Amino acid sequence: MAADNSVLLGLVEEFVSGQVDSKAAETVTGSSEKSIVNVIHCFSSCRLSLTSSQPQTRGRGVQLLSQVLQECYSSLSEKELEVLLAFYENRLKDHYVIIPHVLQGLKALTECSVLPPGSAVSILRSIFQDLHVQSLMVAERSCVYNILISLMESKEEELKGLGADFIFGFVQSVDGERDPRNLLLAFQVARNIIHRGYGLGKFVEELFEVMSCYFPIDFSPPPSDPHRITQEELVLSLRAVLTGTSQFAKFLLPLIIEKLDSDIQSAKVDSLQTLAACGLTYSHKELAEFLPGLWSSIRREVFQTASERVESAGLSAVSALVSCLSRSVLSSDSEDVLQVFLSLVLKDCQHHLCEPDLKLVWPSAKLLQAAAGASYRASLIVSAAVIPALLEQYNNRTQVRSCPSLTNILRTVLMYFSLCLLHKHTEDSVLVAFQQSLCSVVFSALTESSAGLQVTATGVLTALGQQPGLLAQTDVEKAVDHLTRLILEEDDTKVSLAVVECSGSLAHLHPKAFISRLIPRLKEEILSAVRQRCVTALASVSSLPSVVQESAPILLQVLASAHTGTHSFYSKISFLIIFSTLLFSYRSASRMASQAVSLFLDGDVSFLPENAFPSQIQLLQKHHLFERKKQHLWDSSCHSFTSRQVEIPEIDRLLVQLEDLSCTCPHLFSYTSAAKCFAGLVNKRPAGEALDAVLERVMKRISVELENVSSAQRTQAFTLLLWVSKALLLRYHPLSTALTDKLFALLSDPALGSQVADGFCVLMSDSLDVLNRNCHADVRIMYRQRFFAENSTKLIQGFNSAEQEEKSCYLKALSHIVSNLPRQIQLTELPALLPLLLEALSCADQAVQLSTLSCLQPVLLEPPAAIRNQLEALFSRLLALTTSPVMKVRIASLQCVHALSRLPEHMVLPFRARVLKALAVPLDDKKRLVRIKAMVARGEWFLLGSPGGK
Amino acid sequence: MSGGTRLENANPLIFQRSGERLLTATDEDEDLADPIDDREIFDLIRSISDPEHPLSLEELNVVEQMRVNVNDEESTVSVEFTPTIPHCSMATLIGLSIKVKLLRSLPDRFKIDVHITPGTHASEDAVNKQLADKERVAAALENSQLLEVVNQCLSTRTM
Repeated sequence: MAADNSVLLGLVEEFVSGQVDSKAAETVTGSSEKSIVNVIHCFSSCRLSLTSSQPQTRGRGVQLLSQVLQECYSSLSEKELEVLLAFYENRLKDHYVIIPHVLQGLKALTECSVLPPGSAVSILRSIFQDLHVQSLMVAERSCVYNILISLMESKEEELKGLGADFIFGFVQSVDGERDPRNLLLAFQVARNIIHRGYGLGKFVEELFEVMSCYFPIDFSPPPSDPHRITQEELVLSLRAVLTGTSQFAKFLLPLIIEKLDSDIQSAKVDSLQTLAACGLTYSHKELAEFLPGLWSSIRREVFQTASERVESAGLSAVSALVSCLSRSVLSSDSEDVLQVFLSLVLKDCQHHLCEPDLKLVWPSAKLLQAAAGASYRASLIVSAAVIPALLEQYNNRTQVRSCPSLTNILRTVLMYFSLCLLHKHTEDSVLVAFQQSLCSVVFSALTESSAGLQVTATGVLTALGQQPGLLAQTDVEKAVDHLTRLILEEDDTKVSLAVVECSGSLAHLHPKAFISRLIPRLKEEILSAVRQRCVTALASVSSLPSVVQESAPILLQVLASAHTGTHSFYSKISFLIIFSTLLFSYRSASRMASQAVSLFLDGDVSFLPENAFPSQIQLLQKHHLFERKKQHLWDSSCHSFTSRQVEIPEIDRLLVQLEDLSCTCPHLFSYTSAAKCFAGLVNKRPAGEALDAVLERVMKRISVELENVSSAQRTQAFTLLLWVSKALLLRYHPLSTALTDKLFALLSDPALGSQVADGFCVLMSDSLDVLNRNCHADVRIMYRQRFFAENSTKLIQGFNSAEQEEKSCYLKALSHIVSNLPRQIQLTELPALLPLLLEALSCADQAVQLSTLSCLQPVLLEPPAAIRNQLEALFSRLLALTTSPVMKVRIASLQCVHALSRLPEHMVLPFRARVLKALAVPLDDKKRLVRIKAMVARGEWFLLGSPGGK
Repeated sequence: MSGGTRLENANPLIFQRSGERLLTATDEDEDLADPIDDREIFDLIRSISDPEHPLSLEELNVVEQMRVNVNDEESTVSVEFTPTIPHCSMATLIGLSIKVKLLRSLPDRFKIDVHITPGTHASEDAVNKQLADKERVAAALENSQLLEVVNQCLSTRTM
């Protein structure tokens, strides 16, 4: 112990005299941990330096002690803490050079779990009394806020005992803070104060003043900012403070009204969003006084703005206000503020709906809609006033045959309105009274030629159908007739889609009308030119057994005719697909599973609803073995869709069959689907011996196939490998690394390399039909990041050691991996990868160029500092690609050039002339899409560095 | 325009914006050439901001697609624009903005003609003459104050 002691003394001496910096501190902290030298011991070793008359020496002493404390604060006992706290609190009065170290130490001490009672109060008192926080440096101020935060976590009761003094001390220390990092901390403290019920006492206004001076936040982080504080973060945390308590209402609401007058768009949006947030915490009492002012500001913004962001923020503010007012409990003598507010809204908006030129009809309608959609009461009040007026206006117009476009606008508004009301309130709708006239408007809209109007009308029809009592039987029949007509006659794909959807939802509620009216008509037309649409419509209406009874024979008739060979190959396939989805939609999942398996394995068709046709089906299977497989594959991939709970019978046999099919089938579609199904099942298979056995078998088979270079089935084996790797990677299966390593090794395969590189796109992106969360696959979060973190070095090493002609495969794989990573990860990894990506840009493979560009473009919107040194190379490569023979490469490179115009002016201004000259070429590109991008990019580059530009 | 001066036309009629151009299969086909057409030129100029109002020229109906004529083969473009009121003092500035936008966005080979819709402005001839004079357009763009206003009109309005 004595020896230790003298060593320690020597080290302390060295540190304090400033000879060795880090080493001494490390040794001291290290030794205090290892040999459990207690801190007091260390404290006494520092005694000489701590009592020195030289502030510098005292500073070094305190610094050492604070560093030791930061390492081992958790092992301190309450007694030791008392001594240390008394010492540190006293040091706050000391010379200014010591203060930073004192605060570091105090911060470490406040994180102790055994703080003696009363200490929190005394620490805060000394900080508030002895320090003028805003004259400290950034790091020290942050230290103070952190002390506050950790004390608020651990000693909430004590701090509340301080009462308003605490608030006052905080207000004083924050007043004038400018650093965004510290502001985030300060906002957090303020939020804690407000949300955890600290008494604000008489300092409400002071606290509000000191916080609201930052509103609205106008901060753009410097591009090289390593902390990545975004404006968004600041805005949100300030908003949480300002809207946290209704005590601020009388200060905040006038401030919002004032800021809405601002010329800056982001200030307007922020104010409106803050107002909307107020709606959650305030009640009618706070709002009542300011409603006229708020309303006139919001109205002005919505009526006059050119920006959709301001408009939508304004609308959601109206909704928030209305729903807040509707929620408030009224006392017997207060007037109904909701009524008052809505009458303001109605007064200002309603007459616009009826004006002959319909100039402000859209904004008014949107405002009214926002108000009506906010609560049930509001929707009653608004629709009672608005809908009769609109209907009357509409009827007048149709009678006098005024300008058809205006009538259309009116009709759209009307329907838009009802759509909003219908969706909002499912029971006892306010629209019952207008049901008749509404139906006639909808039907007349369905006969119009405008696609947009028809789509809206089908939407309203669907919504009307969903609510009991809004569609009379005769109306349903009329609606079915309209729908049938549209299915058969309408060529616009959007309208067709909407009509089919609407038919599907109505058929579920009114199957009789569809059976008697729609299906016979479709049966007549099913073999005509529009059969594709007929079949889609049939599939969508067949959701109830009674409908399926009628529709299945028709579909089977189509299948039969497909067999006789009158239709093209592909339409047969699509019929089969529709047919099988149809079957799936009306049977229960588990029963379906067993049927599909038996269909797949044994060709058993006995369960098909209409047994009259099995002979044709059999025929089909004999003669079109190939198509049969496709149908089955489709069935089994539907399998992978069904939830994990569904027990799949004979799964092992199924897996063997699928494995066989995927390894031997010569057709791309078939073996890929088989591999996908296999992967889907493997992904869901619970871990255990059964799964291990399956994996071992399939791995062996894949390896054999792949090692045999002359084998014809290498592509198949690789496809299976790829999908199985994906299945295992998604669920973090331990074997996945072995599989992906195999993929990496295959990158240098002369025959498969390029396919393997493209395979990484499959591996990293979400697949639409299998292995996604909708199919209930086992997908762990962040598997992409994990994969990248584990494999990026392998890839870079592989690239560096690869032969020249193989390098492009590595680049392609890399660009696929990087472009699928989340933005944040891309930003942090970019500095390391930038040289490689630049290399990829000059690689001749156009797919590599394209995927690299698509991964660069989002990164360039918020460029990291590393890009600064590479600008020359970046510009010359991007500008060269603007004349690439591939349209997509030209477009993507122009987007990147555009993004570069947003870099700080001093960095990119030197390139301006060169860019303008180079972009003159794609202005005359033969493709319009390229020209548009070139025009936009060149326009921005012209503005760069020009007066009035940026 | 904000510094207390009265707006010449304080309450202009506002027109609906037309939607984005719909993408067709031909647009995506690498091998087919798309000639520059009226709509493409109109899309270029419709988003230019009015110097007085926070509105686009399209919303004020100053430019309309039917008043744009382009001939890709002969490399000519002609744009007619309609000032909101016959005495609008901004007419020259609006014309200049349209002209500059086209100069910056079209290939060199085009001859660009920007003029006022006949009969819609008091000093139509004078403005047309100014806009047609290459020297005067170039000189106007040397003037940094004028360039600033033009650039502001051409800045995209998203933020």
